[in-house]
Amino acid sequence: MADEETRRERLEEGVPAASATAGPQIGVDEWVARSAERRGGRGGRLGVVEARLRTVPWWAWLTLFVAIVAALPVGFESGYVRRVAFDTVIFMLLALGLNVVVGWGGLLDLGYVAFYGVGAYTYAILSADRYDLHLPVFVSIPAAAVVGGLVGLLVGLPSRRLVGDYLAIVTLFFFQIFLTVSNNSDSIFGEDRAGGPNGILNVEPLSLFGRELPVSTEGIFNVAYLYVALAFFVVVFVALRLANASRTGRAWRSLREDPLAAELMGMPVNWLKLTAFAFGAAVAALTGTLVTALNGSVFPQTFEFPLLITVYTMVILGGAGSQAGVVIGAIGISVLLELLREPGDSRFLFYVLSVLALVGTLRFSRRLAIVLGGTLALGFVVHSLAGAIDGSWTAGAARDGGRLGEWATQWVVVPSSLASWVTPVSYIGLVAAVLTLTLLRGRLRLALLVPTLYLAAFVWENVMLAKPEPTRFVVLGAILIAVMVARPEGVLGEKRVEIV
Amino acid sequence: MNAPEPLLRLSGINTFYGLIHILQDVEIEVGVGELVSLLGGNASGKSTTLKTILGIVRPRTGAVTFDGEDVTGRSTSHRIGRGMAIVPENRRLFGPMTVLENLEMGAYLNRDGTGRKADFERIYSLFPLVYERRSQLAGTLSGGEQQMVAMGRALMSHPKLLLMDEPSMGLAPVLVERSFEIIQQVHEAGVAMLVVEQNANMALSIADRGYVLSTGRVVLQGKASELIENEDLRKAYLGR
Repeated sequence: MADEETRRERLEEGVPAASATAGPQIGVDEWVARSAERRGGRGGRLGVVEARLRTVPWWAWLTLFVAIVAALPVGFESGYVRRVAFDTVIFMLLALGLNVVVGWGGLLDLGYVAFYGVGAYTYAILSADRYDLHLPVFVSIPAAAVVGGLVGLLVGLPSRRLVGDYLAIVTLFFFQIFLTVSNNSDSIFGEDRAGGPNGILNVEPLSLFGRELPVSTEGIFNVAYLYVALAFFVVVFVALRLANASRTGRAWRSLREDPLAAELMGMPVNWLKLTAFAFGAAVAALTGTLVTALNGSVFPQTFEFPLLITVYTMVILGGAGSQAGVVIGAIGISVLLELLREPGDSRFLFYVLSVLALVGTLRFSRRLAIVLGGTLALGFVVHSLAGAIDGSWTAGAARDGGRLGEWATQWVVVPSSLASWVTPVSYIGLVAAVLTLTLLRGRLRLALLVPTLYLAAFVWENVMLAKPEPTRFVVLGAILIAVMVARPEGVLGEKRVEIV
Repeated sequence: MNAPEPLLRLSGINTFYGLIHILQDVEIEVGVGELVSLLGGNASGKSTTLKTILGIVRPRTGAVTFDGEDVTGRSTSHRIGRGMAIVPENRRLFGPMTVLENLEMGAYLNRDGTGRKADFERIYSLFPLVYERRSQLAGTLSGGEQQMVAMGRALMSHPKLLLMDEPSMGLAPVLVERSFEIIQQVHEAGVAMLVVEQNANMALSIADRGYVLSTGRVVLQGKASELIENEDLRKAYLGR
């Protein structure tokens, strides 16, 4: 990472003169002299590519990334793609903010989404008809971020001495307070302050330099909002990057690694925790303003627990502590959840991910060929047997067809009507089979893998696709487990180095 | 050997963990530029004494005076800023951070970074190996290397008093000897030190004075050269 290198250079100005080696000369030996040789990377062409990629500075990556996202609306006319891109940028912002608290500060903040809500409500109060304030966005948006940061400080104050589980419980409690207050805000001390479950309506859209940005033109999502969100993202990303490279940023990380040692270095541990909290909260609040401006309204139901879990998944999957990592995590999860809404898309995802997972675990080996070939063969045998016994057993149509769907029904048994016992039995059977797989080794595992895969395809076509909404989260959970087993530190996370 | 105005003075310290009386009327002094050893077996109160000095644990009664100021009620951060520094037990480096960043964290309270360059030079000339390893992650270093980085990190803040908690812990015998050479060298540069050790023989061989703690009381104190000859101490700790 480039900024680390420049920092290193800056610090290394204090290089001792060659003669300044008075005192014990421990470690000046052959091992040290050849230390560079041992720092091996990946060999071959891949290694060269990897080494080259490492030299690309972070701002170049950022520019490239922003350019790609900015070009999306050019390539895709549909308002749907633009809206998904906007939502993804929102998730990226949320993940960046949470990364400050969790990834850098090492504080388990389960109230994070409440700060998002605080920002959303602050913006709504400052810009809606309800209070008739109608402040310009250059005031209301920074104000919302500041309010979010201040609330973060206030929540942090009583909990600054808490660590781990205790902090998590206190922040979770704050989250619940936020939900309770916002849900009952139609009667705070007998007065209607923020509409309760009905929320605040008629929030002004963004207006820049006296021109109002309509949310949609002719029913198509206004792409200007995507660009505004992207601009927010760039500002937040760069600001946090600079913060992390600063003295405070390094103090946050040392606090995460060893709070006692940090205190022993004279760091004001409590204050550092508070600032990490406030930074994260301010970013979340800032993000809340954008969403409220786009929706033109704000409701308590937006800030529920699934959102908290989703953002945490993004940060953990992407690699807590790495900005690029959590952005990748946000994009991956956001796009994945969106694709899983469509049976056609999610079917494609299912088969591709299954094959990729097999290749990932078995590599390109004879075993892979055996498993894939065996599963295919088993499928066709079972399919033709079932068809021969009773034609209706294979007469079902693929949900939201497509070529892959048609092909799948030629292979997977999809009855025209499902007996009521089949759904629970096949689903529970699949779970049991997967659990058994983890206990088996060697040939037995390979042998069981074949019917398990076929059973998974059966469950997918008959059970999961019929219920897209729970399926999304089941698949998300499965992917989360798989990635965390393969890479516990997340996609781009820092590997933990244990001091022995 | 007692200086008229000691750098650090613990007077009448009584520290409790809950109902358990850990330190009982502990009186310890470290003079300016003095090297003092604090000896004792397991559960004798050595670590609690250090924690009391640093303000991680507050004594129920008694006072901690440092450099002419009563710091009994002050925060750890304040005491570090006043000129204490510690090499903690097991070194406690920040594993995923580079050696350089670890050193920098030692100078955390030096806000504007003045003289940072000279500080690095000083550490590097004391420990050439730290210079060799400056861009490595601290967690990848060996125990002896970590010890040097931990000492370098503590010295970055120009301490008047350097506290060392079990510097020989977890080190190979040859490294223990070198570790004590370094301690002596730092001491000769004018830094007062309080070395907490189980390795009484080694600790007393370099110290000016020593205290022996047992179940929370100072049971023996005096010049190191006298303590090392003391029959009781030799029976209890030196094993000969």
